[in-house]
Amino acid sequence: MLNIELCGIKLRNPTMVAAGIMGSMASSLNWIYDSGAGAIVTKSFSKEPNKGYSNPTSVGVTGGIINAIGLSNPGVEIIKKELNLIKKEIPKVASIYGASPDDFAYTAKEVEDLVDMIELNVSCPHAMDGCGAAIGQDPDLTFKIVRAVKNEVSIPVLVKLTPNVTSIIDIALSAEKAECDGITLINSLGPGMKIDTETATPILKNKVGGMSGPAIKPIAIRCVYDVSQVVDVPVMGVGGISDYLDVVEFLYAGASAVQIGTALMDKGPQIFNEISINLENFMKIHDFKSIDEMVGLTHRV
Amino acid sequence: MHVPKVLKIKKILTESKSVKTFIFDWNFNDSLLKPEPGQFMMIWNFEDEKPMSISKIDFENNEIGISIKNIGSFTNALHQLNNGDKVGIRGPYGHGFEFNDFKKILAIGGGIGMAPIASFTEFAIKNNLDVDVISAATTSNELLYEDRLNDAGANVFTCTDDGSCGFKGFATHRMEDLLQNNVYDLIVTCGPEIMMKGVVELANKHNISVQISMERWMKCALGVCGQCCVDDSGWRICKEGPVFWADDLNNIKEFAKYKRDSSGIRNYY
Ligand SMILES: Cc1cc2nc3c(=O)[nH]c(=O)nc-3n(C[C@H](O)[C@H](O)[C@H](O)COP(=O)(O)OP(=O)(O)OC[C@H]3O[C@@H](n4cnc5c(N)ncnc54)[C@H](O)[C@@H]3O)c2cc1C
Ligand SMILES: Cc1cc2nc3c(=O)[nH]c(=O)nc-3n(C[C@H](O)[C@H](O)[C@H](O)COP(=O)(O)O)c2cc1C
Ligand code: FES
Repeated sequence: MLNIELCGIKLRNPTMVAAGIMGSMASSLNWIYDSGAGAIVTKSFSKEPNKGYSNPTSVGVTGGIINAIGLSNPGVEIIKKELNLIKKEIPKVASIYGASPDDFAYTAKEVEDLVDMIELNVSCPHAMDGCGAAIGQDPDLTFKIVRAVKNEVSIPVLVKLTPNVTSIIDIALSAEKAECDGITLINSLGPGMKIDTETATPILKNKVGGMSGPAIKPIAIRCVYDVSQVVDVPVMGVGGISDYLDVVEFLYAGASAVQIGTALMDKGPQIFNEISINLENFMKIHDFKSIDEMVGLTHRV
Repeated sequence: MHVPKVLKIKKILTESKSVKTFIFDWNFNDSLLKPEPGQFMMIWNFEDEKPMSISKIDFENNEIGISIKNIGSFTNALHQLNNGDKVGIRGPYGHGFEFNDFKKILAIGGGIGMAPIASFTEFAIKNNLDVDVISAATTSNELLYEDRLNDAGANVFTCTDDGSCGFKGFATHRMEDLLQNNVYDLIVTCGPEIMMKGVVELANKHNISVQISMERWMKCALGVCGQCCVDDSGWRICKEGPVFWADDLNNIKEFAKYKRDSSGIRNYY
């Protein structure tokens, strides 16, 4: 009942772990799949290793957390070894980032044979050296990167966008024009900032970081609602999901699948099982036969 | 939640050549802030933030203690602080020691691994458990908490690698001796993984259950970044750990083999 097909890939349910959440190692990703996720998404990785920012990299705020992990990763060579250790049956999405279209294309090509889809992170609000949101705020650059990767690989390519733009529709249309196969909405919000009141010091070492958790959900829902209305490719909804009703909301807004991040802080990987069970019950009670029937319902009422 | 509390250092105790304990006033009434032995805090010095075990939990005086071994830039910076200086404390985090209905416990700490063993021991004795402690160090001026834990009512056995104080040899040798003459129903240990591996093997031989406390590189300490996950289970040291049952080690294959650095690259022991 929960199964879907996304860009030609079959998933047992529409939930995935969001990029950067317990996503650097095969072990934790296997655990997440064993706990019920429909697919896994890796931590964003790059051509070269990156140590990321120094601590503090995370701090609590009302309604969630802000983080500036800084896209730390051991580089594509080591990630390839981890990808090889992820169980074969698991649908895998590799999240990648880079500073230039060539960087993105190189990294995508390196892992093409090991994963089912690529997700381009052009949207991290605290990345260094023009990686991340600097790209995702520019429709032309987004277009160039999607094109570069599409020219290089034949597996589906998703683009993950930042909400921190005047018109997310313009960026999404530009990504679609470049023939992306799906759009993931949204990366963490902001950047945001938290200051210690005893010392007037910013708590994060990077001063600012991306905000995630329940507080950003209304913005994510709005982005999914707006974008799914104007593009034909499927949309992945992400931002502040912590239970099945949040998932229902994203599906109604137009998401074909969802990703879950910060909620693993309190609920752990087990959240995927919990959501699947409750979502299936909800569907029975509301007489839905398939996830597809729920996708974009709000556009039709 | 998950915001560092900035507190003034109330007292600083010099515990050994390289270890100082920093004492802070702590509010135990807030249930979210109430620590258990084996849990850890993220300590922020306004430059960096790193995990540290809670080495003292003093409900009577409303104080907690963090013991820090000077081994690098962050720990050295903390060693320069004085009474009244401020430090940020975020936590407590992680899964601590389990007490169940054990009666006679052997607690084994190697080096700074004595930090969680100290708060564990005092807590256990307060709850009328019998605790023998092996405090192991490389040399005599690195031994930790001998007087403090004796005063609390534990039997403390020291051992040093070079024999400069107490028994000459490793903690496991000392442990072997004690197992000949005592019946323990639980062993808890924290220290170098190679030492803990020896402790677990010996305990298995004697059919005694063991809890171990592990360290891995930490960033968020919230269970999201994945930095502290271990092979093969993927468990997070900051959430499912840092304390595990020895049986869990079947699912932590990297134990005593390797750990990952801040970009996730494996470093073999
Ligand atoms: C759960 C836990 C409890 C700990 N309890 C104590 C304690 O009670 N007392 C104590 O002195 N030390 C404790 N440590 C170790 C302490 O975190 C390191 O000694 C400290 O981070 C070293 O920092 P440095 O800059 O001085 O040294 P560096 O030279 O930067 O590092 C030396 C070594 O410390 C470890 N380390 C450095 N940064 C981190 C990090 N962010 N997370 C985890 N490990 C790191 C690494 O193994 C590194 O190789 C604990 C670690 C963990 C994970
Ligand atoms: C600690 C942390 C690390 C993250 N790392 C990445 C990353 O590497 N790549 C990426 O595209 N998004 C990353 N994100 C953003 C999440 O994938 C997600 O878009 C965002 O957190 C909103 O979802 P949530 O509210 O369910 O967490 C990260 C978020 C957090 C909290
Ligand atoms: S330190 Fe981030 S998950 Fe444990």
